[in-house]
Amino acid sequence: MGRAIDEDVVLAKNLTKQYDGLTAVNSINFGVRWGEIFGFLGPNGAGKTTTIRMIYGMSPPTSGGLTVLGLDVRRNIRAIKKRIGVVPQETNLDTELSVLENLEVYANYFGIPRRIARERAMELLNFIYLADRASTMVDALSGGMKRRLLLARALLNNPELLILDEPTTGLDPQARHLIWDKLRSLRDQRVTLLITTHYMEEASQLCDRLVIMDDGRIITEGSPSELIDKHVSREALEIRVAPELTQKALDVLIPESESYEAQDENLVFFAPLADKLLRTAEEAGLKIEYVLLRRSTLEDVFLKLTGRRLRD
Amino acid sequence: MSLLVEVARSISAIGVLRMWQRNWTIFKKIFWLATAPTFIEPFIYLLSLGIGLGLFVREIEGLSYIQFLAPGLLASTAMFGSSFETTYDSYVRMRYERTYDAVLATPLSIEDVIGGEILWGTTRGYLNALVFLAVITVFGLVESPAALLLIPLLLIFSLLFAVIGMIFTALVANIALFNYYFTLFITPLFLFSGIFFPVDALPIWAQRLAWFTPLYHVVVVCRGLVLGRLSLDILISTVWVSAIALTLFLVPIVLMRRRLIK
Repeated sequence: MGRAIDEDVVLAKNLTKQYDGLTAVNSINFGVRWGEIFGFLGPNGAGKTTTIRMIYGMSPPTSGGLTVLGLDVRRNIRAIKKRIGVVPQETNLDTELSVLENLEVYANYFGIPRRIARERAMELLNFIYLADRASTMVDALSGGMKRRLLLARALLNNPELLILDEPTTGLDPQARHLIWDKLRSLRDQRVTLLITTHYMEEASQLCDRLVIMDDGRIITEGSPSELIDKHVSREALEIRVAPELTQKALDVLIPESESYEAQDENLVFFAPLADKLLRTAEEAGLKIEYVLLRRSTLEDVFLKLTGRRLRD
Repeated sequence: MSLLVEVARSISAIGVLRMWQRNWTIFKKIFWLATAPTFIEPFIYLLSLGIGLGLFVREIEGLSYIQFLAPGLLASTAMFGSSFETTYDSYVRMRYERTYDAVLATPLSIEDVIGGEILWGTTRGYLNALVFLAVITVFGLVESPAALLLIPLLLIFSLLFAVIGMIFTALVANIALFNYYFTLFITPLFLFSGIFFPVDALPIWAQRLAWFTPLYHVVVVCRGLVLGRLSLDILISTVWVSAIALTLFLVPIVLMRRRLIK
């Protein structure tokens, strides 16, 4: 009894948010389980950020249910915020303070006593490789270092749930991999993570489960490999043929494929074994200008489900 | 009404204190940089007008011009200190440094954040005014021990201007609009509230209007207590300022909740 609620760190039921006559989040349902990395994937304006703002009380839901750690966001937001950490999309550190002072000031909002705060801050600075920068002013840090400091700051209160809004946007590959590494090690320490991203690679690298949002709705849900199996197929044959041969290629290959999509100037056919498709094409005598056999990716799923229309 | 209940329920003394502590920590660190100009400014007026203009003004209400001027500038010092803090400084924290967003992700509520900001704006005006009061005391411009009453009262005066500034901050769409606040509200108050010349010199309608403005009352109290000219007006003006400050206190908090939590 009540098990489902107990087992979900975040549980949304018909959650809806409207402002100024616009429906930003439209009756979504999802559950985040303990100890997993859960992702919100979607184009800009899909409703990802609005959803996580509702989770930490910056935006009261218009209708529907939303519980975090078993508590109702409408009634217990202060208790919820004590037990979660938030890494914002935009840097909002205290620029007049040093790295360590930033953490100490933040710890005070949680009522963490000064001495414990300092110990915890040094521990976290070690964790994110900034211990040697403790007395550096934050203005002098690189973008990647600032993002790591935001991560450390969100961990000061030992959160059970960590929310990250586009944690690696704008970072170089080294900085991004370091953040991913740290997020995985947090999951290993049984912290539940909820991230939003529009990087397919980030979602497939990190997320145990994810939802894809578009226009305020959740359009699909599952693990990255489940989503690939469900919406495209495990492998992809990507070819380019002369324009007059396009129709022939479609006639030959579509019956053999589980799914098909035009991506840029290429035709992409999905099947469990893509080399079988290639053989079919060769047997039909199709003249192919460019060919690529590859595994299907989350990006294939994403483009198939959300289309190619520009969002902003 | 239900919004007011909501606001009253969501504000906590400890949360307000923690927001105040955040500003205090940063202020301590950049103390001289942040405050030197605001401490010095009233003395520039006092010296240039009190001594310079004072040569041409024989006396006002039986006082030398500098004696008349000093308590008035005490009042405006509290006003300017609080006003700048809850307008420009608070707006920069809200909009550019995104401090409020950072703090709102912690157990503090929007009510705590704005309450703490108002308390901090009060502190800035109060500190500036205390320093000014101490210096004019040293210069022999304080005539009466009644001025000691100003030590608590200046806190309420500073609070009033911190609250009014924060109301404006909650409403403006753009930092450039603070020019209107200072040019059309603060500067006229500064010039027509009896700091530089008695309000009786104004036409009767302007005198009546002055009674409805905040700085006029603060000047009445400061001058009365600094010079030891005790009257019922001092009490009336103290009540006026306290009542308005307490009545308006929740207004910027409600406005900010509407602005930021949506």
